[in-house]
Amino acid sequence: MYKSPDKLPLDHGLPESNEHMRTYRQHGVLPGFPLALGFTLLYLSLIVLVPLSATFLKSATLGWSGFFEAVTTPRVLASYKLTFGAALAAAAINAVMGLLVAWVLVRYEFPGRKLADALVDLPFALPTAVAGIALATLYSSKGWIGQFAAQAGFKIAFTPLGVTIALTFIGLPFVVRTVQPILEDLERELEEAAASLGATRWQTFLKVILPTISPALMTGFALAFARGVGEYGSVIFIAGNIPLVSEITPLLIITKLEQYDYAGATALAVSMLLVSFTLLLAINLLQWWTRNRRGSRV
Amino acid sequence: MVDPEPARLPRLNGTSTEAIAMSAQPLTFASHIHHVHHAARGEAPWVRWSLIAIALLFLALFLLMPLALVFVQAFAKGWETYVSALADPMALAAIELTLLVTLIAVPLNTVFGVAAAWAIAKFEFPGKNLLTTLIDLPFSVSPVVSGLIYVLLFGMQGWLGPWLHEHDIKLIFAVPGIVLATLFVTVPFVARELIPLMQAQGNDEEEAALVLGASGWQTFRHVTLPNIRWGLLYGVILCNARAMGEFGAVSVVSGHIRGATNTIPLHVEILYNEYNSAAAFAVASLLAMLALVTLALKSVLEWRLARQIDAAKDEE
Amino acid sequence: MSIEIRNITKSFGSFQALKGIDLTIGSGELVALLGPSGCGKTTLLRIIAGLEAADSGQILFHGEDTTHRHVRERRVGFVFQHYALFRHMSVFENVAFGLRVRPRGQRPPEAEIRRRVQELLELVQLDWLADRHPGQLSGGQRQRIALARALAVEPKVLLLDEPFGALDAKVRKDLRRWLRRLHDGLHITSVFVTHDQEEALEVADRVVVLNAGQIEQVGSADEVYDHPATPFVCQFIGDVNLFHGRVHGGRALIGETVIELPDIAESDTEQALFFARPHEIEIGGDGAGIVAVVRDIRRRGNAVRVELERKDGRGAVEAELSREAFGRHAIKHGDEVVIQPSKIRVFQP
Repeated sequence: MYKSPDKLPLDHGLPESNEHMRTYRQHGVLPGFPLALGFTLLYLSLIVLVPLSATFLKSATLGWSGFFEAVTTPRVLASYKLTFGAALAAAAINAVMGLLVAWVLVRYEFPGRKLADALVDLPFALPTAVAGIALATLYSSKGWIGQFAAQAGFKIAFTPLGVTIALTFIGLPFVVRTVQPILEDLERELEEAAASLGATRWQTFLKVILPTISPALMTGFALAFARGVGEYGSVIFIAGNIPLVSEITPLLIITKLEQYDYAGATALAVSMLLVSFTLLLAINLLQWWTRNRRGSRV
Repeated sequence: MVDPEPARLPRLNGTSTEAIAMSAQPLTFASHIHHVHHAARGEAPWVRWSLIAIALLFLALFLLMPLALVFVQAFAKGWETYVSALADPMALAAIELTLLVTLIAVPLNTVFGVAAAWAIAKFEFPGKNLLTTLIDLPFSVSPVVSGLIYVLLFGMQGWLGPWLHEHDIKLIFAVPGIVLATLFVTVPFVARELIPLMQAQGNDEEEAALVLGASGWQTFRHVTLPNIRWGLLYGVILCNARAMGEFGAVSVVSGHIRGATNTIPLHVEILYNEYNSAAAFAVASLLAMLALVTLALKSVLEWRLARQIDAAKDEE
Repeated sequence: MSIEIRNITKSFGSFQALKGIDLTIGSGELVALLGPSGCGKTTLLRIIAGLEAADSGQILFHGEDTTHRHVRERRVGFVFQHYALFRHMSVFENVAFGLRVRPRGQRPPEAEIRRRVQELLELVQLDWLADRHPGQLSGGQRQRIALARALAVEPKVLLLDEPFGALDAKVRKDLRRWLRRLHDGLHITSVFVTHDQEEALEVADRVVVLNAGQIEQVGSADEVYDHPATPFVCQFIGDVNLFHGRVHGGRALIGETVIELPDIAESDTEQALFFARPHEIEIGGDGAGIVAVVRDIRRRGNAVRVELERKDGRGAVEAELSREAFGRHAIKHGDEVVIQPSKIRVFQP
């Protein structure tokens, strides 16, 4: 090929224009787009969007001060503190233990590994009410585990600690399943390079592995936290639901509903929805970040 | 890529039992190679075994113990108590209602999932990312709120409540409300499994079928559907587990009328709150078995699905 | 069956993929659409097939307007770059698919389907693979099955998108000769897309060079190689050296160097591009020429490639000599020599 420094403006292999075409090309000839999209939008609107919007509209009828009052009574504030506090603590425990579990499952070969791997999904598959009564029985002062706590002089069931344990149970798979694929994809060369440069195993973990998996770990943390904030079934039995002590926000919504305090329930629900949506946004950003990280390595 | 031929694996790979296991699962063969490499970047044995021990202990304490407890408690008062708890008319009514709700919710969400995945994975349109996020939305809403939104829409205090009451239509504290709440919480399951799978598979095969003269339906039936069948089944199984086990959302809209609007999880709650622990756990053990079956199927399907996605990537 | 393409345009968003393509492909011809990636060649092929709709323009098959006919009814055979074999069907079922999906009335009986599939598998020399699944085949085998599948519906036109793009070099070469022979046997109007000029020149009756959504040149392999119509074609097909300069009084002025242009009666111009292929560069001529320093010498079979750097700092030049010529000149690394194009193409912007 000629090697003139002043090159002609040639259209040689433009990757971006090519990719551009690939994405747009899909308009093609496949049938059923209007039907599929139409049905999707209609169904989603009827089942999800209209009811959600109706709830927001309903809360608007309270007025700002009414809304603000309803979501800031001492009992509500106590429930926020418990719900967010326990969800945060549980997510933090899961970030550490979930990473450890994921690491062990990906990196080591040991008897029962497959079984342990399958077991991680139990909290996804086990109905929350079943988990709830099992945990409540397990950690009651006469339960298999609770009795030891009772001997040591403290209670787990009917305390914030019990709530945290239930939320740890429910949140574990979120961290493990988010971190696992990233650990599997981790380039061996990265660690070998670090080792060849004289890093110890621990240094390699802290400075090479952890930064690489941190977006995924944070995503898993956020997912576990989001799930914990809204969780109901697995918590209420172990929580005991003592107002101001172990009453979570979702339960308070039901209590208000049973007292026919629809305005209060709506306000609380909307405050929770706002938190959910904020978390969803954060999680999407984190996942986008994770993908970018992954993509840029390839 | 050419799949390794099963017949040749034993020669490639030492012991015969191992080879047989591997001929059934080419994937384990790959993961085996993976683990050999790990030796090069492994930890000291004592670190490795300590980490394994901690992880297993944690899993046993947090996951295995609650699961085991369900079955131990269920049979704590003997087989007869167990059977009578399940044969109780109220329990049977709850089982019947749960099956009915699931039978409505799962097929509807399956059709929705396929339609949504077809639109999102096979076509480009503005707002696609927003739509994908909206489909996942129910996962981030608290179950209690998921139930409440229907109460606020259809209940007596809600927007449509008075009109429904006038026309003598009861949605809330009745079966339709339970179906709606279940639909809401299980909307994303099938779609979210199918979208990445169909995206990985691309449009080539469908286009090839059309060029060869197949109609749209023939293309879907003979090309798309066989390609997504494991992903579809996976989504359906997860959707089914959640539909049968949903508690919070259903609890809000059910009204807890025994024998009429109680699903299995709600029945468990009532029994437990009445201090009828053995019966509560007996009924709960049904759901726990459902969870175990779900996990088993999930493991099998995940393996199949990984193969399908890998195959799709190979052909790219 | 002839194909007539009339003023086809196509945009994807703000990106103009095709800017008014006019082209006629004769019945039984084997034509290559050649160009760099992103030039629009695949888009054009998909528009001919009906997999993509043009924004404007017409496609005529045998004089009949098929622009708005559905891909299903166009009766084209299409071979996809990544084969697009149905991965859950056996090779046999893949080839039979086009026959089986016909409406009941037009569907051949089962025995006829079997016979036809068998025949096609023999044609592509893979009848022994009928029961395998696509995942168990090599790339070259998949490609031939994809071709058999496309031929099963007796298409009037065969369209191939980068048919050898995903194969390794050896298989590529074998398969393209095989495709040429197959075409000579079947005489079906065929169009294939490629970015590989060697492939296009070797296989096709005619080559259509595309760049940035426009046709640069249409011609036989010899035509586009020996008489490139545009600077783009000149550079895209084969290796070439580029010189900047001007034309004055029938002579090329490249920097300080003056070269006679014996055959070309170009009008004077202040800016011109000169192209010469490496084998058209002569080294060590006496008198007028470009002074250059030998930077690298590489042997390539019977030829020797000499890489030179111009003394005036205007870049590098590559020359290709026969072994004899190379021996005659006794050039070595670091020598200062005079080079002169024996043949030169002039483009005036």
